[in-house]
Amino acid sequence: MYPEYLAGSLKEVDRTRTKRLELAKSGNPVYPPMNAEERKDVLSKYHPDFSKGARSKIRVGPNKGEELTTEITELLEAHSMVEPRLMDIHLREPDYETDLLIIGGGGAGCWAAITAMQNGVNSMLVTKLRLGDSNSMMSEGGMQAAVAPQDSPTRHYLDAMGGGHFENNPELVRILTEDGPEVVKELERLGVIWDKQADGTMQVLHGGGTSRKRMVSCRDYIGAIITRTLMDEVHNHPDKIQVREFEPAVELVLDDKGRCSGAILYSLDTEQFLTVKAKATIITTGGFGRLHIRGFATTNHYGATGDGLVMAYRAGAKLAFMDSVQYHPTGAVFPEQIAGFLITEKIRGAGGQPLNKNGELFVFPREPRDIESAAIIRECSADRNMGVETYAGRTGVWLDSPIIDMIHGEGFTKHQFPGMCRQFNRFGIDITKQPMLIYPSLHYQNGGVEINGRCETNIPGLYVAGEASGGVHGRNRLMGNSVLDYNVFGRRAGQHASEYAKSVKLGKLSLDHVTSHVKELKANKIETDLVSPMILPSYTPEDVKIQQLARLGSAPARHSMLRSRISPGDKRSAAE
Amino acid sequence: MSRKPVSKAPAGKQDKSLDQPKPKARMVTVYIMGKRHVVPEHATIMRAIEYSGQQIIRGAGCREGFCGACGTIYRLPGDYKIHSGLACTTLVQEGMSLTQIPAVPMEKAIYDVEKLSPDVDTIKRLYPVVFRCVACNTCTKSCPQGIQVMDYIQAAKRGDIAAIMDLSFDCVACGLCALRCPAEIVQHKVGVLGRRLYGRYLAKESKELGARIKQVESGQFDEEYTSLMGMDKASLSKMYYERDIEP
Repeated sequence: MYPEYLAGSLKEVDRTRTKRLELAKSGNPVYPPMNAEERKDVLSKYHPDFSKGARSKIRVGPNKGEELTTEITELLEAHSMVEPRLMDIHLREPDYETDLLIIGGGGAGCWAAITAMQNGVNSMLVTKLRLGDSNSMMSEGGMQAAVAPQDSPTRHYLDAMGGGHFENNPELVRILTEDGPEVVKELERLGVIWDKQADGTMQVLHGGGTSRKRMVSCRDYIGAIITRTLMDEVHNHPDKIQVREFEPAVELVLDDKGRCSGAILYSLDTEQFLTVKAKATIITTGGFGRLHIRGFATTNHYGATGDGLVMAYRAGAKLAFMDSVQYHPTGAVFPEQIAGFLITEKIRGAGGQPLNKNGELFVFPREPRDIESAAIIRECSADRNMGVETYAGRTGVWLDSPIIDMIHGEGFTKHQFPGMCRQFNRFGIDITKQPMLIYPSLHYQNGGVEINGRCETNIPGLYVAGEASGGVHGRNRLMGNSVLDYNVFGRRAGQHASEYAKSVKLGKLSLDHVTSHVKELKANKIETDLVSPMILPSYTPEDVKIQQLARLGSAPARHSMLRSRISPGDKRSAAE
Repeated sequence: MSRKPVSKAPAGKQDKSLDQPKPKARMVTVYIMGKRHVVPEHATIMRAIEYSGQQIIRGAGCREGFCGACGTIYRLPGDYKIHSGLACTTLVQEGMSLTQIPAVPMEKAIYDVEKLSPDVDTIKRLYPVVFRCVACNTCTKSCPQGIQVMDYIQAAKRGDIAAIMDLSFDCVACGLCALRCPAEIVQHKVGVLGRRLYGRYLAKESKELGARIKQVESGQFDEEYTSLMGMDKASLSKMYYERDIEP
């Protein structure tokens, strides 16, 4: 239920709806889309990437001298969790040996395990939380794939390049868009249920930045449907895919020829460091929303702390586009309990409109995400002051959802958006009758570890796929392209890495790169008490943390590493 | 122990509400695994556990109601019932006594989806336990998603795969139904099986999808790709801003 103080603004939304519905039905854009100049202007003035302090120069490692997102620079300039000297014996006698190590149990990781198995290679999949606990599980709206007759993979290519400001790696974008239709088919073969018309035709909708209706969907649970299907398939082969949960990797292991040869895991249950020796390694650790960059609330899952970036970087892998962050235009602002909650872009794809406090349109509803977010931030800024304020101190704009049933017919919203309806119903808001209050929410890591079309990095034996990789989206990803990304490149990573694993002969295992990192920190006079990867964010109140830090001595308390960590986020408010 | 709640507004945004009358956060008493804690009234169970000073390891995942990691059972004062919910989306209440379920032990049937048939025989072979259902409806009552769980288990007994798919579609696999079931059925696993059977065998084939895959395989787009990939930024940008947009 919306509080009384929002009633006036809600009335404005109702008042303007008839006129806006006419506009929506006219077939013309409901608001003029921005041209290249206008896009540049709104981005440079209002996108958080361009705010003061958003980027800082990194002083160590392969990207030394480049400006990266500040929170990432801090993590990359932090200490390792392990003391290499103490790991010597375990490097000689590893706890586990496998042909293929997959780090990360989301969609890309599951796919990699499946395609490696199809290629005759057994694997070990290690993950921080449970299998499937990932951003893959949470995607709601859909996946882009050029399946409609009026569409084509090359049109998809052009849309993706434009969304990414033409900086994407063309080779990767071609693979992404060209594999799309086949991935749809492959997923259906595994048992994914696509939204279809009565005759079997795929239902397609628009997303931000698409020139053709291209979003295929599974109601508003696409991530849950795809990921649970892939997980079920992984669990159907316990003899070929070994899954280790609550054992995140914290460092990669190289051999004496500089090839990736496995990883060090940290058991969250026992606080042991375990060594895995592997002929090939794939990082599918996903993104970094839980770093709460610029203090933003996030749509991401609990474990999204960018661990893969840290490990790969310390081992010498080059990062790409790690100076840009995606803020999803529509994160929930009200009620406070679900602040940051993702409201799917499919709402705007189906005709939902962002409106200011007077119920007026102020932006084309389907601009690419960075543009749409910047336009919403501008509307709420002191320059315009057209946002709606809540008593919790947040500001947002309305996202008009009741208009959707007026466009598509009654019952459409309930059937196509069961997740959204349920989430808001819990708080007494019926989204078929009232709009949602929204503001951009930290959503996606646009860049990542640089890969080529075979998912290879500059380190032999190290492959990366999904959100952890960089290049395919440039500095801005379009909606539905990340679900496609983890499916396309997860599959390919499994194929290429398993092929490589068949022939490689490993040398002596080493953590010398971690020792070098320590030396490099020292040489650059970097003083930090931060340890990375972060593994989990801390939402422990500050006064509790201070009391935890009074412990004397070096004996590990249970989860001491996690509990006592004062993260960079603590300097800001602990927004979820 | 009572603490002042910390403001959670993002630092990136200006807090303009300071001059407005802001209702003070009221506190409630809850019992987390038996221990008394005073937490803000508007906290979800998950936030309350964290407010108490604990770092959740098992029992938190997506934090938005999709992953099913945070199944929780609780009781309320003066109420004999055992309630269940997801910690991430359930609000605390005065006197609530709660515990999270860190994992749900169960056996998943192993199968090759290519060698199944979408009918009751498959259900009988893989999950014979569904035939123990006594239609008590406890599973439905325990579902945090409000799914008609018992109805899809009944559908499974009839081999109505389409109904299993439709009714179980929104399942987050928290397993609370399976833990509460007096017949020891693993409802959410039956749901996954039903959905996979539907997608694999019963969904109507999309003709245009097959045609598009053939086009890609025959190299129909190769030339256009080569030309697009060879374009400089300026010409690609021109083409992009001039492209027509489907209404």
